Amino acid sequence: MSTADPTAQPQAREKPPIEAVPVRHPGRWVGVAIVAVFAAMLVHSLLTNPNWGWGLIGEWIFAPSIVKGVGVTIVLTFLSMIIGLALGVLLAIMRLSPNPVMSGSAWVFVWAFRGTPVYVQLFLWANVIALYTTISIGVPFGPEFFTFDTKTLIPAFVAALLGLGLNEAAYMAEIVRAGILSVDEGQEEAATALGFSRLQTLRHIVLPQAMRVIVPPTGNETISMLKTTSLVIAIPLTTELFFQASAVGNRLFQPFPMAILASIWYLAMTSVLMVGQYYIERYYAKGAMRNLPPTPIQKIKRRIGIGREA
Amino acid sequence: MTTSQDKPIKVLAENVHKAYGRNEVLRGIDLEVRAGEVACIVGPSGGGKSTFLRCINHLEKIDSGRLSVDGELIGYHQRSGKLYEMRDKDVAAQRRSIGMVFQRFNLFPHKTAAENVMAGPVVVRGDNRKVAKQRAIELLSKVGLGDRGDSYPSQLSGGQQQRVAIARALAMDPDLMLFDEPTSALDPELVGEVLEVMQQLAKSGMTMVVVTHEIGFAREAGDILAFIDAGVVAEIGEPTEILANPKSRRFQDFLGKVL
Repeated sequence: MSTADPTAQPQAREKPPIEAVPVRHPGRWVGVAIVAVFAAMLVHSLLTNPNWGWGLIGEWIFAPSIVKGVGVTIVLTFLSMIIGLALGVLLAIMRLSPNPVMSGSAWVFVWAFRGTPVYVQLFLWANVIALYTTISIGVPFGPEFFTFDTKTLIPAFVAALLGLGLNEAAYMAEIVRAGILSVDEGQEEAATALGFSRLQTLRHIVLPQAMRVIVPPTGNETISMLKTTSLVIAIPLTTELFFQASAVGNRLFQPFPMAILASIWYLAMTSVLMVGQYYIERYYAKGAMRNLPPTPIQKIKRRIGIGREA
Repeated sequence: MTTSQDKPIKVLAENVHKAYGRNEVLRGIDLEVRAGEVACIVGPSGGGKSTFLRCINHLEKIDSGRLSVDGELIGYHQRSGKLYEMRDKDVAAQRRSIGMVFQRFNLFPHKTAAENVMAGPVVVRGDNRKVAKQRAIELLSKVGLGDRGDSYPSQLSGGQQQRVAIARALAMDPDLMLFDEPTSALDPELVGEVLEVMQQLAKSGMTMVVVTHEIGFAREAGDILAFIDAGVVAEIGEPTEILANPKSRRFQDFLGKVL
C-alpha cells in the first residue's frame, strides 16, 4: 500500500486469517444417498440369501487343495512374468537394433505371439507332444547331438510357463520399446559423448529412465497374468486355484460359492500386487520429481501428527 | 592472447561436407585449432555451427573431407590410402578424450550430481567407485558446486546443471572440450556463472571449441573466432581484430544483430 511505511517490519503487519464460507456441494449428498441405498441392498442380499453359501466358503477357503492352488497360481504368475519381462526386454532391444536380422526376427515373434489367443497357444504347447515325440539338437538332415523325449521335457507346468511366458514376452516387448523410445535423445548423446557403448548406454542411462514408463503397464500385465493363469486348463494343468475351486464346487454341486471363493483369493492377491506396484513406481520416480509424494503410511502418520513435518 | 604457431595442431578440418538428405549443412569447412587454444564459433542459426561441432566427436558422420583430432582421423582408419569405417568400440575410445557440453545440459536425471560426474569414469573406464566419487566431488568443487553432490538435476538451477555437465565432461580427463551453445538455454542472470567456469578452464590451458552467441566471451577468452555461415567458415581470425573490422557484409549484419 502506498501509505505504508516502507521501513516497517513485515512481522508488525496484521495478518487477519481468511474466514470464508466454503463452497457447498449438494450434489455429493445426493450421490451418497444413492450409493448408500445400493450398498444396503447388496449387504442385505449377501447376508440373507443362503445361496451365496458363505458357510461353505468359510469352510473351504483355507482347505489344503485351495491353498495349494493359490500357491501354484502365484508361482505360475511370477515365473511367467519373469520369462516375459526378460524376453520382452531382449526383444525390445532387438526391435530397436540397427541390424535388420535382429529387428526382423523380433518383429516376427511379436507378430505371431501377440496375434494368436493365449488359450490356443497353451493348447498348442501342450500338444507339441503330438507333433514331435522327440526333440533333437543337431545338424538338419545330419547327425543329432542331443535327443529329448517331449513327454519328459514338456510336462504340464512347463507347457503352462512356455505358453504364458512367451505370450507375455510379446506384450512386454512393446511396453519396453515404448519406454525406451520415451527417453530423451539427448540422454543417449550425452552418454555416447562420454564414450559409453550402445549396451552401456542402454543399461546405465536409458533403461533406468524408461522404467518410469515401463512399470505402470507392467503392473497391469502382472495383475492380468494372475488372472490369465486360470486358462491353463487348456493344457490341462489342474493344480492352479480356479480348477481346484471348480473341482470342489462340482463335487458338492455348489459351483457358485466356489467361484466366489476363487474370486476372493484373486482379489486378495491383486490387492497385494497393487500395493507393490505403488512402491516400485515411487522408487523409479527418483530424480523425475523434486520431492517424492508421501506413501499412504506417511500420509496417515502426518494426519495424526506423528510424522516428520506437517 | 599469444599466437601459438609452434604448438601442435589439435583439431584439423579440411573441406568438411555434410548433408541431411538434399539439405547441405556443411559445404567445405576448414578449421585449424592448436593445442591450448580456444576457438569460438559464431554465426546465424542453421548455419552449420552445431553440426560441425558434433562431427568433431563423430556424433554426426561427415560425407567428405577430412576431420582429425591429434592427427588421427575421427571415425575412420586409414590404411594404405584406403578408409575403413571404425568399429563402435574404437569410436567410443576416441570420444573418451573429447569432452562435450550440450545446450540443454543432458544431465542424467535419475542420478545425483556426483553420480553424473562419476558415470563416465566408473562405467567406461572401470574406475573404483570410491575413488571416482572423491574425484567427482573435487571436480564439482572446481565448478563451485562442492556441496551439491547429492542433489538431483531437477533440484538445481540451469546454471548449476550446466556446471555439473562441465564437471561430468572433465571427469574423463579430456584434452579437448566441445561446447555446443552452453549458455543458450539459460536465464540471462545465470549465464555469467557458466562463462566464468569456462574462462577458468581456458586459462588452465584446455583446448576448447565453443559454439556460442556470447561475443563478449569470444573476445575475452577466445584465441580464434570463426564465423560460420551457410556451411562454410566465412571469416576467421583473432577475435578482437575481426570483431573490430568485419570484412564481409554478412558478418557485419550478424554482428549488428547480436552486439
